[in-house]
Order: sequence, then C-alpha cells, then structure tokens
Amino acid sequence: MTEPEDTDFLTLGARRFRSRLLVGTGKYRDFTQTREAIEASGAEIVTVAIRRVNLGQNPDEPNLLDYLPPERFTLLPNTAGCYTAEEAVRTLRLARELLDGHTLVKLEVLGDAETLYPNMPETLKAAERLVAEGFQVMVYCSDDPIQAKLLEEMGCVAIMPLASLIGSGMGILNPWNLRLILERIRVPVIVDAGVGTASDAAIAMELGCDGVLTNTAIAHAGDPVRMARAMRLAVEAGREAYRAGRMPRKFYAADPSSPLTGVIGRPTP
Amino acid sequence: MPDEIPQTLTCRVNGERLTLSAGTTIAELLAARGWAGKRVAVERNGEIVPRSLHAQTTLAEGDVLEIVVAVGGG
Repeated sequence: MTEPEDTDFLTLGARRFRSRLLVGTGKYRDFTQTREAIEASGAEIVTVAIRRVNLGQNPDEPNLLDYLPPERFTLLPNTAGCYTAEEAVRTLRLARELLDGHTLVKLEVLGDAETLYPNMPETLKAAERLVAEGFQVMVYCSDDPIQAKLLEEMGCVAIMPLASLIGSGMGILNPWNLRLILERIRVPVIVDAGVGTASDAAIAMELGCDGVLTNTAIAHAGDPVRMARAMRLAVEAGREAYRAGRMPRKFYAADPSSPLTGVIGRPTP
Repeated sequence: MPDEIPQTLTCRVNGERLTLSAGTTIAELLAARGWAGKRVAVERNGEIVPRSLHAQTTLAEGDVLEIVVAVGGG
C-alpha cells in the first residue's frame, strides 16, 4: 500500500499542509498531555485562544507556547468567546501582534452561551473587516450553504461549518447540508465542531470535506493520546476513501463476491 | 496648589483599576508585573501598541489597556 501521493495537500491561502486534521489545545489535563496528543494527531495546525494575562499570576508559570513552539506548528488563533464582530476583530488584531504578524486566523462569533451557535450577521461583518485588513480568515459558520457562499465571496480562505454543536460530540447531524455546501464552495470546507469519535471524522472526510477540526473529542476521550491517533487514522482513511470513490449503494446485492459457478455437489449444466 | 503636576495616574488594565506613577511606560508596567520579555500583546484604548513601541509609550490618565497571551482553546 502506498502512502497518499505528495500532491494531496490542504491549501489555505498561500500555504500547503499535509495533515487534514486540525486540533484544538483546550481542555487537556496539562501542557504535557496537550503536546503528546497533538504529536499523536499529526496535526500541523493547532488552534489557540487569546485571553487576558492574569495580573496576579506568576509569569514564570509554564506557557502554552513553550510546549507548542510557533516554529514547529502553525498556530491558528481563534475568537472563541466573542459575541460581536467588534470583539472578534480586536481579538485577532491582538493575535496578529502576539504572533509576529501571523495572519491565518479562525473567526468565530457566537450567538448564545448555551448552544455556542454562530451569530451569522456578526460573523459576516467581522469577516469583511478582517479580509479588508489582510487577514486570511477561516470561518466557523452554520451549515447553511447561502451563508457559506457569502463568506467565500467575501474572500475567506476556508469555510468551517459545524457538524453539530461545539463540544456536543453528536457527530455529523446533517450530511445533506454539508453536501450542499461542498457542491457550491471552492475554498476548503473544514468541519468544525461536533465530531465525537473517529468515525465522525471519517464520515466528514468521505463526504468530501477538506479537513476536520476537533478539540473536545480528543481532550475528553478516556485516553486523549490514543484518540488523537485514532482521529489521524480516521481522517486519512476518510480522505483516501473519498479519493478512491465508494461503490454505489444497492438495496439488494444479487452480485456475490464469490463465483456463482463451481459450487460442489451440483450437476454440471 | 492647582498647578501641581500629578504624581500618579489611574489606568484600567485587563478590567482592573491600577494606580501607577505618572510617566510609566508600557514596558515599565510589563516589567513591574514580571511580563518583560514574555510573549504578550498590548492594546491601548482600542489600538494595538506594537512591541517595538512599548518602551516609548507613556501611559495617560484614564487609559484602557488589554494585555493578552495565547492559551489553550479549540
């Protein structure tokens, strides 16, 4: 069996990546586990959140970036926790300063604290401003093909619809909507949110998604490092299955895999 | 003495009211809190202050600062 050919890259703006699994860095036991899980996932792109420093905290406490050096990983700052375009834009300007001019970002503008469903009007407003300011915007959005198209037309470099609610682990609840998006969008479509286990990631990739972003499914697994490896394998398997092209579904399979002739004990025709 | 130069100024840093000596720069504020040389980003009154300008940016009465780091998140 050969490895996936060198030409199969995930292209985001001007950059190419071999791994199609993007992982978050939240909810792990400690930074050592974070690092081990990310190594096992094979992810090249890892999301980080931007938060106020704790003025009372000892600044010599370990820092996430000591474990995930920006030279080694592509850090994808997010706007998690932002509820308005204004907050999201300010957060990503700070992220760009923090990461020395880095412009690849994940925009998410939330609509409510219970469902973490995106607020699409604010998302669109933020995306427009960020693109105008030179950011390469990967955008978390509802699985609505019209919103996805608007975001693509604005110049977002990746469309990231939810598969189900953030942190729910409910899997791909509406594959048909994902399909509508995949048929209409030319930039990469990355499922963001809702993946619960490896098969969910494989299903997303088999549908033709360009990548999967997950955090909780790995961090809250019984053994996060093992689940990170499972996710890597699932994304690779799903991608290969998509590229191979699955057989058509048939209600009846009157076409067994073994020969129809030569069964013992039968009269020769 | 109405003409006396104020000796202190009050800023809001990460939502917290801080009283600082007049003339404090952003670099001095970061150093006093142990954040000198760490990877942080600073916004002052809604505008980014690039790292290269921390040493020459003097805080003014009523400034609102946000100082951030990268943390784990999804």
